[in-house]
Amino acid sequence: MAQTTADGIVGRGNTDGARLFREWFAGLTRAAEEGRGGAYVFVMGSLAELLRTFDLPIVFPEINSLQTAVRRVAHEYLNEAEDFGYSPDICGYVKADVATQLRGGELPMGRIPQPAIAVYTNACNTYIKWAEIWERMYDVPIVTLDVPGTRAAGTQTWPGDPDFENDRRYVQAQLEELIPLLERVAGIAFDIDRLRESMHQANAMTRAWKRVLELNRSRPSVFNALSDGTIFLGVANGFRGSVEGARYFEELVEEMEYKSAHGIGTLTDERYRLIFVGVPCYPIFRRFSELFTELGGTFVSSTYLHFASGGTSLGFEYDLERPIESLAEGMLISVRDAMDNMFFQTDMLLEMAETYAVDGIVYHPIKSCRTVSTGLADNRRALMARRDIPSLFIESDMMDRRVVSEAQLKNRIDAFFEGLAARRQQAAIRDT
Amino acid sequence: MGGPLTAPPVFPQWRGEPLDEVLYHCRELLEDDTYPTVRRWRESGGKVIGHFQVYFPEEIAHAAGALPFKVRGGPVEPTQADSRFGSYLCSIVKTSLELVLSNRIELEVFVTHPICDAARNLAAVWGRNFDYPCQILYLPQNANSAHAITYLRGEYDRLRRTIAEATGTPITDDALRGSIGVFNENRALLRELYRLKRESPWLVSADEAYALVAVGGLIPREEHNTLLGVVLPQLAARSAKRQDRIRVVYEGGFCEQPPLDLIRAIGRSCYVVDDDLLIGLRWILEDVAAGEDPLGSLAESYLERSSYSPVQHDLRKPKERMLLERIRQAGAQAAIVTAAKMCEPGLEEQVAYTRALDDEGVPYFVSEFEENMTSFEHLEIQLETFVENILFE
Repeated sequence: MAQTTADGIVGRGNTDGARLFREWFAGLTRAAEEGRGGAYVFVMGSLAELLRTFDLPIVFPEINSLQTAVRRVAHEYLNEAEDFGYSPDICGYVKADVATQLRGGELPMGRIPQPAIAVYTNACNTYIKWAEIWERMYDVPIVTLDVPGTRAAGTQTWPGDPDFENDRRYVQAQLEELIPLLERVAGIAFDIDRLRESMHQANAMTRAWKRVLELNRSRPSVFNALSDGTIFLGVANGFRGSVEGARYFEELVEEMEYKSAHGIGTLTDERYRLIFVGVPCYPIFRRFSELFTELGGTFVSSTYLHFASGGTSLGFEYDLERPIESLAEGMLISVRDAMDNMFFQTDMLLEMAETYAVDGIVYHPIKSCRTVSTGLADNRRALMARRDIPSLFIESDMMDRRVVSEAQLKNRIDAFFEGLAARRQQAAIRDT
Repeated sequence: MGGPLTAPPVFPQWRGEPLDEVLYHCRELLEDDTYPTVRRWRESGGKVIGHFQVYFPEEIAHAAGALPFKVRGGPVEPTQADSRFGSYLCSIVKTSLELVLSNRIELEVFVTHPICDAARNLAAVWGRNFDYPCQILYLPQNANSAHAITYLRGEYDRLRRTIAEATGTPITDDALRGSIGVFNENRALLRELYRLKRESPWLVSADEAYALVAVGGLIPREEHNTLLGVVLPQLAARSAKRQDRIRVVYEGGFCEQPPLDLIRAIGRSCYVVDDDLLIGLRWILEDVAAGEDPLGSLAESYLERSSYSPVQHDLRKPKERMLLERIRQAGAQAAIVTAAKMCEPGLEEQVAYTRALDDEGVPYFVSEFEENMTSFEHLEIQLETFVENILFE
């Protein structure tokens, strides 16, 4: 590794992440202005490795929607979609995107191209309903890449098992059906060597992503899984399969290893190490994070980093000698892991709590997302029954500020930290 | 077979009774939160396979001699289940769990499906609370893949192994063929009931028809076949006269069910000539071939000869076009387009449905419901106004 200094390296991930994000959006805006159609995809199984080889601009509507909330204009988009007929009780991401489409792709960060095709997994059912909206609006092909998930907790199957092979053949067949469709949409012949190269870059990113997550076991932690982690996720999704994406994460590993080796943590005076379960509160994103960091809490890990990276954190690397089979296998294993992090997360959280030496778990179910939120209360109950670890359960939303009450959140969070402090005090008394 | 198929009927009350009494008993059974038929089945030593909405290949459970029990919420307060869920959820998810937490229903296996984001969570929630197999049946969501049938056949085989192990009864192809025969008969009888609804809706009210269909999820299908076989000719022979009511299609009952009183209220203003209520029981539209490969035949029928719902994307079945077709085939003048509160797919589909109905100039009434709602007056007044507007247009 090259000799590096704090001046050049610390904070580079966030700066470069923001730069890449701007460049990505500039590219999308150019594509929109040129009238090129985009490939609309989602974070849990984007298939960017494959789509990139067809030179299609890749659009992540989830990321666009959350950006409207971070930039505090989501309510304008939500209102517009509700005026169009959508219920206040459905996914806020969907509604922000509907309004984006009604506005000709205009977003605070730039303009997105119209879809030429949508490719999405079933990791979230709303992906399918969402894509149906584009199908109706634009009459474009929409393709569900159906990835069967884990059937019951702890019953994952692996290559060689007949049930796994049944699933793998299904995913592979769908990929083989998708490729000719992409050729027609993009007007470009499929090039398996380009796919190999893209998968090679994805492998590099995957290795680095896994390492970045591991490095946060350091004390103090080297990044905040909630705030910094969201920037990393943006790059992990938007640049998957690209040279820039792989390089970014390799450099991020370098930064985090440097910080770990030199005992450099986040800006928080780390007193409590926490896990975040759910989706962030984007309408007050910075403030939401501060409600924890001001009291010495830093998020060392989150389920979000696992599922919103499409299961990349599991570290599956493609076999470039047999790209299509391996892509199918990788999609199956990784997307399944993303789903497991939402549905069957009890054991994972227990392991995470152990390996990251955490002091508490924060559950944040949200109105907008039933995929992530439906099982959280029961998960918390089950987890508490197995391990004595403090937890906080707070509800708000990822998009809709009408259901976000900062004062109520603060009261609950303050009380949680008082409990953490009291617990630590009691432990200290016990140990003396 | 391992089930108590030779045991006394679990729903004997209606036998030998006049038609109105039979219908009364069906309605009573439907609203009985002690689930007496399932209890009697268990008391006879029977096993129960609970399956959440919408569609489940019940033949596979039946072939193990088990009772396939349709988990579709219920008329109960989710006092225990509430603490297992967050705030923003449909009612059916909560009351379904309540049925088992409160021991009203006991199961050997619970199966849910990836029909929506809430329902797919149920296997995990259920599995953290009960020791028996609780799992997701991954019905294919790429219905247009040429490989979907082959995949689904494999998935059904996995389910066959799960149920056989849980019930202790091997599921043979012969047993499956027998079960397919029972369910083919049931589907034919339900088609006949719906033909009657379409052609002579004055002979069977909306709530009567609904009760007759819904009890099928609570009793062995052989008993349901016997019931329908007795009732259908009596309905057809009724002397009721046609009234001046508009003919409507009711849409939005594919998962959570509106309360019986709501269906009755709608039936007071309109003839409900077709609907998607409990569509899973009527999902397969034709007889399933009970040939060489019964699991393959079930898989093929699920994909190739089936109805539609907001929770299945199939390029061959655009939902709004299917709704318009349902309206046309039923000779309906209008549609009632509902969605259960907090039901993401239902609420999203409402937008597409109403836009298509607008485009076609079909009048429609839009509403939301909840399975445990008790006040219908406001809705009934709105509906009457809607009906009058059509009648006096």
